[in-house]
Amino acid sequence: MNPLRERLHLDRRRFLTSAAGGIGGVALLALLRESGALALPARRAAPLAKAKNCIFFFMEGGPSQFDLFSYKPKLNELNGQRPPEALLAGKRFAFVQKDTAVLLGTDPARTFAAHGQSGMMFSDLLPNLSRHADRICLLQTVFTTQFNHHPAQLMVQTGDNLEGHPSVGSWFLYGLGSENKNLPGYVVMNSSAYLSGGERLWQSGFLPTTYGGVLFQPSGNPILNLAAPPGISKSVERRGLDALARLNEIRRQKMMDPEIAARIENYELAFRMQMAGPELTDLSLESGQTLARYGIDRTDPFVPMASYRRPAAGSYGNFARHCLLARRMVERGVRFINVFSGSWDAHFLLNSEIGFFSQMVDQPIAALIDDLAERGLLDETLVVIASEFGRTPLGENRPTFDGVSGRDHHPEAFCVLMIGGGTKGGFTYGETDELGWTATRDPVDIADVHATMLSLFGIDHTALSFPSRGADQRLTPLTRAARVINDIIA
Amino acid sequence: MKAGLLAGWRAWMGVLVVFGACSAPEDSDPPPSFVPRELCTPIADDGTTVYFFSDIQPILGDRCVRCHGGVRELGSPRLNLQSREKAGFVLGSAGDVCSSEFFRRIAIADPGLRMPLGGQALPPEKVQALGNWILRGAAWPRHWAFAPLAEIEPRSVPVKDEAWIKTPIDRFILARLEREGIKPSPEADRTTLLRRVSLDLTGLPPTPSAVDAFMADTSAAAYEKVVDRLLQSPSFGERWGAHWLDQAHYGDTDGFEADHIRPNAWRWRDWVIDALNRDQPFDEFTIEQLAGDLLPGRTSTQVLATGFLRQTLYNGEDGVDLEEDRTKRVVDRVSTVGATWLGLTLGCAQCHSHPYDPIAQKEFYQLYAFFNNANESTADVPGSGSSAAGPGDVMMENTARPTYLLIRGDFRNPDTREALTQTTPRILHPFQSRQSGADRLDLARWLVDRTNPLTPRVTVNTIWYHLFGQGIVATLDDFGSRARLPSHPELLDWLARDFVGNEWRRKRVIKQIVMSATYRQSAEARPDVAPRDPDNALLARQNRVRVEAEIVTDTALAVSGLLTDRVGGPCVYPPIPDEVLNITLNGTEWGTSSPEDQHRRGLYTFYKRTVPYPNLQVFDHPSSYASAPGRERSNTPLQALTTLHNVVFAEAARALARRVQTEVPLGLREQLVWAFRLTVARRPEEDEISELESLFQDSARAYELDPQGAKDAVGDYMPPQATAAAAAAWVATARVILNLDEAITKE
Repeated sequence: MNPLRERLHLDRRRFLTSAAGGIGGVALLALLRESGALALPARRAAPLAKAKNCIFFFMEGGPSQFDLFSYKPKLNELNGQRPPEALLAGKRFAFVQKDTAVLLGTDPARTFAAHGQSGMMFSDLLPNLSRHADRICLLQTVFTTQFNHHPAQLMVQTGDNLEGHPSVGSWFLYGLGSENKNLPGYVVMNSSAYLSGGERLWQSGFLPTTYGGVLFQPSGNPILNLAAPPGISKSVERRGLDALARLNEIRRQKMMDPEIAARIENYELAFRMQMAGPELTDLSLESGQTLARYGIDRTDPFVPMASYRRPAAGSYGNFARHCLLARRMVERGVRFINVFSGSWDAHFLLNSEIGFFSQMVDQPIAALIDDLAERGLLDETLVVIASEFGRTPLGENRPTFDGVSGRDHHPEAFCVLMIGGGTKGGFTYGETDELGWTATRDPVDIADVHATMLSLFGIDHTALSFPSRGADQRLTPLTRAARVINDIIA
Repeated sequence: MKAGLLAGWRAWMGVLVVFGACSAPEDSDPPPSFVPRELCTPIADDGTTVYFFSDIQPILGDRCVRCHGGVRELGSPRLNLQSREKAGFVLGSAGDVCSSEFFRRIAIADPGLRMPLGGQALPPEKVQALGNWILRGAAWPRHWAFAPLAEIEPRSVPVKDEAWIKTPIDRFILARLEREGIKPSPEADRTTLLRRVSLDLTGLPPTPSAVDAFMADTSAAAYEKVVDRLLQSPSFGERWGAHWLDQAHYGDTDGFEADHIRPNAWRWRDWVIDALNRDQPFDEFTIEQLAGDLLPGRTSTQVLATGFLRQTLYNGEDGVDLEEDRTKRVVDRVSTVGATWLGLTLGCAQCHSHPYDPIAQKEFYQLYAFFNNANESTADVPGSGSSAAGPGDVMMENTARPTYLLIRGDFRNPDTREALTQTTPRILHPFQSRQSGADRLDLARWLVDRTNPLTPRVTVNTIWYHLFGQGIVATLDDFGSRARLPSHPELLDWLARDFVGNEWRRKRVIKQIVMSATYRQSAEARPDVAPRDPDNALLARQNRVRVEAEIVTDTALAVSGLLTDRVGGPCVYPPIPDEVLNITLNGTEWGTSSPEDQHRRGLYTFYKRTVPYPNLQVFDHPSSYASAPGRERSNTPLQALTTLHNVVFAEAARALARRVQTEVPLGLREQLVWAFRLTVARRPEEDEISELESLFQDSARAYELDPQGAKDAVGDYMPPQATAAAAAAWVATARVILNLDEAITKE
């Protein structure tokens, strides 16, 4: 017996079955199904909450909201002028020199237009995503306390700027379990040039390792160590596993340790993963039309950009593949899919770099939304598009730079998009001032985003907790209140 | 199981109907502050025993202090349920339960007034317990962990079965078992015992010749001789040093985006290994690590010891606020010292007073002040002969720096009304400094002062954990009011006292424990005891525990004969997949080591904080951001994939196959026995041999039809005078033996 496992099991059960858990249908059904207590059709609609799976896009580096969603004519008008001094007072920037900083309008060549019945504004950089205006819920007043990449990424991905907290995906897996035992319940795909947060972004933190994200490669054997060593054929492997199971069973009968039974089961799961993994990444049964719609065959255009922000060659194809795989994972019951793209950290060469990255993601994400909707999966799949922060309305005037061609980190108001999963489509939440500097109405703490995400899955964010370091820790902070943004729930 | 779940389902449905959506207590305003006495229904003392720590404090901790603790202090006047001093005014007078506002509020039926507000009512038995407590005067004893170590003479602990006793420890364990009417388990067989103690003390399994020698030694002192030999082995320091590295949250890089290498970090790791091997007294060990630079006549080794304080993360990302990052490092030092020596979650008091323990926010910053006078700068690392320290390889310097309470923990918001000076929390034992202006040396000496009961309790408890897989106090780094109560409080205090009274020698504590009959019991399950003691807290048997991450690798390397058992030196770089390495900005600084270095023990693997080595991470190596006295023991399919397929383990299987065929040239059965003994020490049973025999024969037949597959399977590990098919069949068999649950489990 392992006391920690035992404790975990009890804690999780207590959470899932207690009133304080305040849980909706999905979590409870998942628990009962997992325990074999209830035989339910795999996709029966949940009574209280719609969402069952989450696809969480993370745009590493911080895209410029002024080039995608935030139409600010006043900012353009004041281009090159000093911002009101009151706005600068007490503000901290990573790189902007406050004394000489001036406002930077959006490039004049960029056009914005209203889309759909809702009239949601998009720039011409998002010709495909804008088609979905009436499906998108745009939070444009999200703020964070962190203005450096690593801590800010941890804040969005784990709810805390310090290391050691479980990622959002780990909390989802802990709270909801997984519906497909042959694949990891929390999958990570990455096509970015680098991730400031590293693997910490999908760590299980103080939750058991089992709840950590598993990094997937987009083709062939997607999981580390999935392929057998040279010379170990499938039949040799199977024969060996049969012997192993019997030998472990002999020991189990002597020691009567349930951990041995769990290990026997895990070797079988590992074997099944060897089938399920390649089956998942095998796109040969997808139609040519589907592949084209996602843009699987696209190649990276060459545009001028900082070499360290340029992802490895093939990023356009990889990102498209990640989007298609995300749909295939949703179909197979993977609970949480985390897709990373970047680096959007355009301190300079913003016009050229944001074109590169928005073109990379626009078509595949739009195709994913179409695809999910056509298959009737959009209501039960929450798609989130987030980043660690946005970018300043100020031009970046770092003295070492040759002129101003980019923007600095801006944690005070940036955009998060939610699509499907029971959110309101065609809905814009919050307002910023005419410079896009800060919220004038309905500011949204990152913790509110987390609380709302959990709520869409029927989970009360104050109840999903795990004892660690002397307190019942949770995704949302213990030291300040987070709120569920009920206005955006359909 | 099913019945339990359905009961849970019903409970859930029922509560849903009654309460609807629970409101979060933290969002609600304080209710009207008074329940009139007329609304109180008195209860009588029902005579049940009430222990404050097991019956009262957990109720307060679970249901009350989230609002009425150090963080929020709601109520009027503000009610803090951490101490009698703060809570006394609502507890009323003995004999009159309704004189207590506290009782009136928990017992009233009206949910608009009843505490916990907005939550479920306390169950009647808890209301009764609290009522009994109040009726008897609401005694609020000093928290058990802060109380002085009890003086206990083990011989005064009566047991019936005197013959079972091997060391004083056994009296405490057996007395408790006898009280419960439980018999201890028989001693494990000698092979199992030897493997257990070898893994525990050195992290390596015994060789077949060590097993033979132990079996042949029929003297009464045979086991003790083995224990002494293992304690003297250099591998002892590697194993127990690794435990300490977890507590210090050691790493070879800075962390954060840049995650620069700390090229000299390993020198401190080697200092730790050496300190464990020479059994440096724990008080000295403490003082040198926290204040070696302040010792009179300090040596370069003593300064190197302060590497403990340099295990904090360092953000070298462009645009970082350096003061913010520095503040985080100082906070981390306070938290790490709190967890490691005091067993207190001091970090909780950084933004507000501690939610559960009587530690004020101001007291956190008074501790902070000890580390805040330390300016940091890059400097030569003693003994390295170079100044090649990375940015995070900072040294401590003693430049005074004023300390203020940081409001809500925000470094931009110091409370400059009061400059804080170094001192320790009021609730703990008294602090003395050598002169005005206390420093880290005073703090270090205070931690190992004989009047401090926490350091020895916490330290022996952690040692116990490593030998039993569980602590006497289950919450290793929390001895505060949310701690689990010790399963054997007198044993804990006896061990702690014995430790301090014998020069703080850890090897002595370890030897005391492994010599005990308690430790030597079989780990076989006890169906007769399990229903009563599912966590095995009473220790009617040993625990069966999966070995730690490094030991999974070390075992595979050792039994296959690949292990390079050199102690210490710079980090090594075993093979790592590119897709893992390329995640971060500075991902490419990984030059895979020479074959010899690839086969070093796992503890020497370069630890890159943003990209931990996957083979270690998958087996729960801690992520090195904060002190980790114990490890998770997960059991996952990704672990199975690792030991089945990863290149390191695939190579070990090939090497084990060749080793067996080389060392036992003839006879499949003899070879199988040898492979089995190399891996798990014991001889296989008949059914196990025949299972392996048939696996080998089936694999050999398959490889006879697949010569290329056979060649690939064997790779560079072709034994002399074997057919390719037989050699490959041996690889297929060896990998199954290496993947036995028992191979990575201490029994």
